[in-house]
Amino acid sequence: MSKSKVIHIKNGVVVDPAQGIEGEVMDVFVRDGKIVEESEAGKADEVIDARGMTVVPGGIDIHAHIAGPKVTAGRAMRPEDMKYARRKTGALRCAMGKVLMTCPAIGYEYARMGYTTAIEPATPALYAIHTHEELDSIPMVDKAVLPLFGNWHLTFRFAAENDVERMKAFIAWAIERSKGFGVKVVNPGGVEAWKYGRNVHSLNERIPGFDATPAEVLTTLMKASIELDLPHKVHVHCNNLGVPGSAETTAETIKLAAKVGESKDGRESLHITHIQFNAYTGEKWRDMGSGAEELAKLVNSSPVTVDIGQPIFGHTTTMTADGPFEFALHKLVKGKWINKDVEIETGGGIVPITYRAKSPVNAVQWAVGLEFGLLVDADKVVISTDYPNGGPFVEYPYIMTLLMSRKFREREIREKGVNSYIEKATSLPSLDVERTFYEIVKMTRSTPARILGLRAKGSLRIGADADITIYPFDCRNVSPEEYEVLLKGLRNAAYTIKDGEVVVRDGEIVKEIWGRTFWVNAKGVAREIIEEDLNEVFRYYTVSRGNYGVKKEWLRRAEEIAVDAC
Amino acid sequence: MIRDVVCTFCGNACDDIEFEGEYGRNLCPVGEAKFAKKERLKAPMIDGREVSYEEAIERAAEILREAKRPLLFGWSSTVNEAIRLGVILAEKVGGIYDQCSSVCHAPTTLAMIEEGIVGGTLGQAKNRADVVVFWGCNPVEAHPRHPTRYSVMARGFLTRSRADRRVVVVDVRKTPTAYLATDFYMVEPGSDFMIFTALRSIVNGHEEAVPEKVGGLTREELKGLAEILMSAKYGLIFFGLGVTHSRGSERNVEAVIKLVQDLNRKTRFILQPMRGHFNVVGSGEVAAWEAGFEYAIDFSRGYARFSPGEFTAVEALIRGDCDAALIVASDPAAHFPRKAVERLKEIPVIQIDPHPNLTTKVANVVIPTAIVGVEAEGTIYRMDGVPLRVKKIRESEYPSDVEIIGKILEKVV
Repeated sequence: MSKSKVIHIKNGVVVDPAQGIEGEVMDVFVRDGKIVEESEAGKADEVIDARGMTVVPGGIDIHAHIAGPKVTAGRAMRPEDMKYARRKTGALRCAMGKVLMTCPAIGYEYARMGYTTAIEPATPALYAIHTHEELDSIPMVDKAVLPLFGNWHLTFRFAAENDVERMKAFIAWAIERSKGFGVKVVNPGGVEAWKYGRNVHSLNERIPGFDATPAEVLTTLMKASIELDLPHKVHVHCNNLGVPGSAETTAETIKLAAKVGESKDGRESLHITHIQFNAYTGEKWRDMGSGAEELAKLVNSSPVTVDIGQPIFGHTTTMTADGPFEFALHKLVKGKWINKDVEIETGGGIVPITYRAKSPVNAVQWAVGLEFGLLVDADKVVISTDYPNGGPFVEYPYIMTLLMSRKFREREIREKGVNSYIEKATSLPSLDVERTFYEIVKMTRSTPARILGLRAKGSLRIGADADITIYPFDCRNVSPEEYEVLLKGLRNAAYTIKDGEVVVRDGEIVKEIWGRTFWVNAKGVAREIIEEDLNEVFRYYTVSRGNYGVKKEWLRRAEEIAVDAC
Repeated sequence: MIRDVVCTFCGNACDDIEFEGEYGRNLCPVGEAKFAKKERLKAPMIDGREVSYEEAIERAAEILREAKRPLLFGWSSTVNEAIRLGVILAEKVGGIYDQCSSVCHAPTTLAMIEEGIVGGTLGQAKNRADVVVFWGCNPVEAHPRHPTRYSVMARGFLTRSRADRRVVVVDVRKTPTAYLATDFYMVEPGSDFMIFTALRSIVNGHEEAVPEKVGGLTREELKGLAEILMSAKYGLIFFGLGVTHSRGSERNVEAVIKLVQDLNRKTRFILQPMRGHFNVVGSGEVAAWEAGFEYAIDFSRGYARFSPGEFTAVEALIRGDCDAALIVASDPAAHFPRKAVERLKEIPVIQIDPHPNLTTKVANVVIPTAIVGVEAEGTIYRMDGVPLRVKKIRESEYPSDVEIIGKILEKVV
């Protein structure tokens, strides 16, 4: 990072929910990659006149599958998606891919829409070296990765014994070894059951081969994460994803979090990711409906947060550690299917799909995502597409605009021909909620920063990282009717500043930079207490314990976040 | 003693080698040969004349800059860090990136594009698979420690010993691997597609559609084989070049993928190609995340295009499309068809390799490098994609592939 550059952003309309700033004309000063006081800034190397523009913190993507073995397997399986050229080579790299993208394309597209941080939310710890190699090939953004815990034999063992102390040691060991950021859980127990050709269908069902249930897995992991004081608590893809009736499982999962309670610093103990995919009522596809209204109420009153996982009409590639779900999807769409069972720790699958506006099921999914975006408290909900499962992250501006403008929603329902079944099965057509720009900034900046515990992100306060987006409109003067202005401006930031450097100007990349990779070193637990457990399970690995994991020296720019719960 | 050394020869990438000086414990004969002292390229050369590294790198960069469409080939026996720079180099010089798969498991990639693949890590063989099939592959000779470490005798979580596994070998001759088998099926060469299709018919309940004899097996034998497959709690088919390189090629692989898809409607089953070189998987995956495709990538228009049969090395050379070549950690002169090698003789060729080989004889610029996994470290992907960090266990005067390719890249951008 080149140092000491001073940028003075003047006359911009600042929106910074973390400081309660709701559209005030203010100047912002940047030095050495941080936001500073005017008095500390010194002479500006660059003055940006942001008159008539809106200045906000850089966007944070809390959940996007952007790196790792499954993303690359998806790319390799879908040359028909990769053949789309976004950019030719030149001063920058060539950038390929329509929905799935190459690493350079991912970095450039984030920067163009003013996003500066992205979290890869699922890697088998066994494959962490690979995932970090890809993260290190993504320019422009800061990043982190969540290793998968929900189907690890050791997780089941400690959950069965309700042994929070050993679970803490295990989490600390695994996230250090994978240079990970927190605890990801996907369909707890279900992926192990899939290795026997089955799935688990409720939180209280016994996991094959173990005396533990998904509820015990989640509860023990939540307690351990809280006691370790991890910046980001348990990040869960619930059981029974993607089927009618899933709303009930989600509600039960939320109740588990309520029982565990808040974390020490008063934050939530559970993040339910892509909740849209887990929020259907009914017993069959024929009578499926939206459980979003009920679940939104429950989320608002419980110690949980969510991201929406909005589907975007068009083709995409689903990819998840939820192996049994992908098998079901493969049978449903009769398409190509990748499966991967990973040692005794996890698994995964990949299936291409298309979301069709005219399909009643897909229309309901689309409406459910928006219902969550409209009905959950903006301090508890983050915009996502569960990239690439719901669609490309480059459509975040589209989702933001849909949430801000009822007129735009009505136009989309009309012009895309969204199946009228949504009138019967969801509340979306009757919702007149319009999110304010302030709330949208929360849902893409301050809320994800708070949920992730990234204290230097998501705000323009003094001392914060100088990750800044300047949108080419004055948010005070754009009405929801002018949705085209919003959509265009949100897609193409006037400026993106990353670590104090201008990297985008008028929606064009002007500089390629390399962000940091955050990883958590959880101290305050004696890791030795699981030595025997580790030595025992490594007898069933095909790599030796000495070769398991990632050294920080192998990463381009690793940044340790040490937490000590003692 | 240096523990947990990763062997950098075959796709097994055994990571339990222990080095005490020159002696490596746990190595198989093939691995021993890899770590044994061998003839080295002594110094950089231009047209047979010894030069400095700077001169050789300068000349290599000049050749690549001046070429209209250079071929950058090899990669499966070096580390991901070098491969990544190689893909970027191909992009920047508007060349073709291709790797050893294009003459090996490329049919598997093509079939995967059609059907996906139902797979798992080698841990599934060790811990879970009670039916293990070797189809058109011969690990006893090609991946010597595969049976003991992973698939036949390994002590696993559910499968504790050889007795817990039913081992099936299907091949056109009685290979050494066949002697490990519970059941051996000798089939007629080139009949894999028909046999897979017949098995699918039986698995899907249409045995009446199967003729009396298919590919040298009677209907009863086929029914017996299908029974074995369906009786598995968790089955696993390993397949090799006997499937990809016999009549039908990628269609054979598609058929076996579909068979495994069908079997997953009855029980659990996975499939694993027996990949050859220790990092042939990396040479595809790195290219996929950097450029979108695994092999046969052309950058002559400034962006990546994928076209097997057009941008694969052999075909591009035979057609005379490439006017220069960079060969990294590979020996196409020994393995490519004669017409492709003749083209290599006509154009300027740069070789980056630790050892002399036949390609050295057609190379204009030769740049010796450190041996990956012995004198240079980095990341590689085992046949099932599991990433491993290979170690530097001996000091060497030679620069690494990463250093050399990095310097060439600096000179062309």
